[in-house]
Amino acid sequence: MGTLLEMRQITKRFDRVLALDEVSLEAREGEILAVVGENGAGKSTLMKILSGVYAHGDYQGQIFYKDEECRFKSIKDSEKRGIVIIHQELALIPYLSISENIFLGNEQAKGGVINWHLTYQKTAGLLEKVGLRENPHTLVSNIGVGKQQLVEIAKALSKRVEVLVLDEPTAALNDIESENLLNLLLELKKEGITSILISHKLGEVLKVSDQITVIRDGKTVESFPNVDVDENRIIRGMVGRDILDRFPPRDTTPGDILFEVRDWTVHHPEIADKKVIDGVNLSVKRGEVVGIAGLMGAGRTELAMSLFGGAYGSKITGTILKGGKPLHLKSVSQAIENGIAYLTEDRKQYGLILDETICRNISLANLNAVSVRLTVDEFKEKRVAEDYRGRVDIRARDVLQHVKNLSGGNQQKVVLSKWLFADPDVLILDEPTRGIDVGAKYEIYQIINELARQGKCVIVISSELPEVIGLSDRIYIMNEGRMVGELARDQATQESIMEHIMES
Amino acid sequence: MNIIRGNLRQFGMMIALVFIAVLFQFLTDGILFRPANIANLVTQNGYILILAVGMMLVILTGRIDLSVGGLLAFSSALSGIFIISWGWPTWLAIPAVLAVGALSGAWNGFWIAYKNVPFFVVTLAGMLAFRGLTMYVLGGTTITPFPPHFHNLSAGFIPDFFGGAGVNITALVLAVIVSLVLVFLELRGRRVSRQFGAAILPLPFMIAKLAVLVGAVMLFGYWFSASRGVPNVLVLLAALTVIYSYIANNTVAGRHIYATGGNVKAAELNGIKTKRVIFWVYVNMGMLAALAGMVFAARLNAATPRAEAGFELQAIAAAFIGGASPNGGVGKVTGAITGAMVMGLLNNGLSHLGIGSDVQLAITGLVLLAAVTFDVYTKTKVAKSAK
Repeated sequence: MGTLLEMRQITKRFDRVLALDEVSLEAREGEILAVVGENGAGKSTLMKILSGVYAHGDYQGQIFYKDEECRFKSIKDSEKRGIVIIHQELALIPYLSISENIFLGNEQAKGGVINWHLTYQKTAGLLEKVGLRENPHTLVSNIGVGKQQLVEIAKALSKRVEVLVLDEPTAALNDIESENLLNLLLELKKEGITSILISHKLGEVLKVSDQITVIRDGKTVESFPNVDVDENRIIRGMVGRDILDRFPPRDTTPGDILFEVRDWTVHHPEIADKKVIDGVNLSVKRGEVVGIAGLMGAGRTELAMSLFGGAYGSKITGTILKGGKPLHLKSVSQAIENGIAYLTEDRKQYGLILDETICRNISLANLNAVSVRLTVDEFKEKRVAEDYRGRVDIRARDVLQHVKNLSGGNQQKVVLSKWLFADPDVLILDEPTRGIDVGAKYEIYQIINELARQGKCVIVISSELPEVIGLSDRIYIMNEGRMVGELARDQATQESIMEHIMES
Repeated sequence: MNIIRGNLRQFGMMIALVFIAVLFQFLTDGILFRPANIANLVTQNGYILILAVGMMLVILTGRIDLSVGGLLAFSSALSGIFIISWGWPTWLAIPAVLAVGALSGAWNGFWIAYKNVPFFVVTLAGMLAFRGLTMYVLGGTTITPFPPHFHNLSAGFIPDFFGGAGVNITALVLAVIVSLVLVFLELRGRRVSRQFGAAILPLPFMIAKLAVLVGAVMLFGYWFSASRGVPNVLVLLAALTVIYSYIANNTVAGRHIYATGGNVKAAELNGIKTKRVIFWVYVNMGMLAALAGMVFAARLNAATPRAEAGFELQAIAAAFIGGASPNGGVGKVTGAITGAMVMGLLNNGLSHLGIGSDVQLAITGLVLLAAVTFDVYTKTKVAKSAK
């Protein structure tokens, strides 16, 4: 197999910031190339150059495809050559059907009139190929993220794709959906389609890729075939040093029970008779980290948000006890006043005001603490923000920088700082390390340990089983709105957790 | 280079304002800045400026209010009925009209915030209803005149306490006080920024900025002192600008408004009662529309059913020219004031050049488009360079 695609000495600047520094990359025909690197290493920028999002002339260096130099001016140019990119944030229109989405911009039409029969026929064929059993007429908003990802791939296939670029395709998928997607990539490989996979999940990189290219700080560090390679080998390349232990040790013993939930039942906000959470019980001790494992759609986020002052759901029944006293939380502000904090799984949509500064985001949930008689004391507010910037190591020029310009890891540290400043007794962290690189993850684990040391109750929801197991003192397993198991740290393995889910 | 670019966004519209002012001063052979015309400018645009302040807060939440023009007309009609027809004393009529305005705003806010009816529909309905009510309560006739002290709300001047012969000393004293406050605030802000290592304006820029501001204030003080003094409306406007800037920038309530507009879901998960925020922003808008209505009636010295329409659109345009984002969460009260002044100055200058209101309107439209285009352009530039 010869070289199909080569990017040579690509250099890209944003003003004075050097994003890519003579990065080179080579993909051979019919292989799966994994591109790994920490957040902000330049992977997405590189793919945007490949697909023509950053037009020729905006960067230095050359792209060769089938031994021919390409100068893509737009996505259309690269797609014409069969290079299709699927972005991290899916580009589907929610209120159009699957088939309308697949052929959006590529409508099966003659003289501007769409041939719906042909469209549906082709859609059905494509859906079969990607293994998605859905009606082509179904609206995209009615299917889950995992299936939407498959629609994106079907869309790419409809364009006679030769090189498929996937940017973090499994970031929002659960284990089974990820598994399906990876198998699909292997299937496509058999048909001769070359893939470039960008992923933080090293397990899947090891599983499917033929070649691994590591990028660090805008430079290609190394590229090696996926033979006799393990995760530590890749991590060493990504961070430039060994991370001996992915989870920092915690030497605290939990105290007595502080937070307890009894017989918690929540109904769907729109469909009134549908139970989303059904009779859940849980308890957390002081200084304990409790994990909640489960598949996507198990109701973990719904449980957390309903506990957080009823931010989700209707007809909520059950009891919340804190220190033995029942709490009646009617609103989010009451939950915060009673020392409960919830860190959302989707920091951009639900966690941050992106157009605001770091400083104003940190103070947002506890403005009263920096205010005197309804007036915000900006001196104090900035002092607080500076303090947290140092404590959790938010890498930013200053606290007046807008959070939208920060990397994912640093954004998450801002959200964490906000809740640390609110000084809760109970923290519910929903996917606290989603989309964050290895180094920043470690730092967030350290913060969690510190919280436990201070005697706070920490509840961690995570779809990454190794993370739940590595962090928690005790693990609850949820499935379809119910608690289906509880495991102590030493009993928990990925297999035992999956068993509980499957047997429920 | 970056400093210039960053500050261009901040001061772009102010620079445009100065440019327009100088241009028309030149084109009109100095008519623009004759003291009488300055006073005229302020009274002509006072009610739009008041509306623009309230509208900025509404836009900050990511919404607009189409009903304010109608509410302004209704309020001016009510003030006529209360004061002229029913003979109420002014001290009673003013709070009564403000209360009606606040209630009308509450009506809008109730449907928008608590019943989830789209704001466009609710305020459009309000616009129609208030216009109808205006004609209904006035019965198609114009009521006139107001007692002199109410008329003075718009047409009067601050009396000279120092009794300067031919020169209004109060105006000069006020100008000096305002200048000192401006310098004090700038230095204080600079100290805060420095303390936290934040990017600060380079010294020459700051001095230039202060020189322009203080120069403008003193110039106005001089002009006013040479004529009849400081217009009452100007004092009202200055007070509103200071109060609402303070609310927006320095209070918890202001923070909640920005957060609600910036990301309503995130705001809710931070314990902010976004429905309440939206409701009160509309109540405030209603009250300010009532205030604007009285200033309008006082200026005309009459309550008329033919009160001009389209004020709501001018207020919305002013906020956008002044840098507000239609998506909410971005904008400043001073921006709305600047935007309204740009529009007022354009209209006034063009009138002096003998250009009709038809052409004025077209030019205002183009300025709105140009201002927002400029904003969109610089924003994408900044965003790109920040990546």
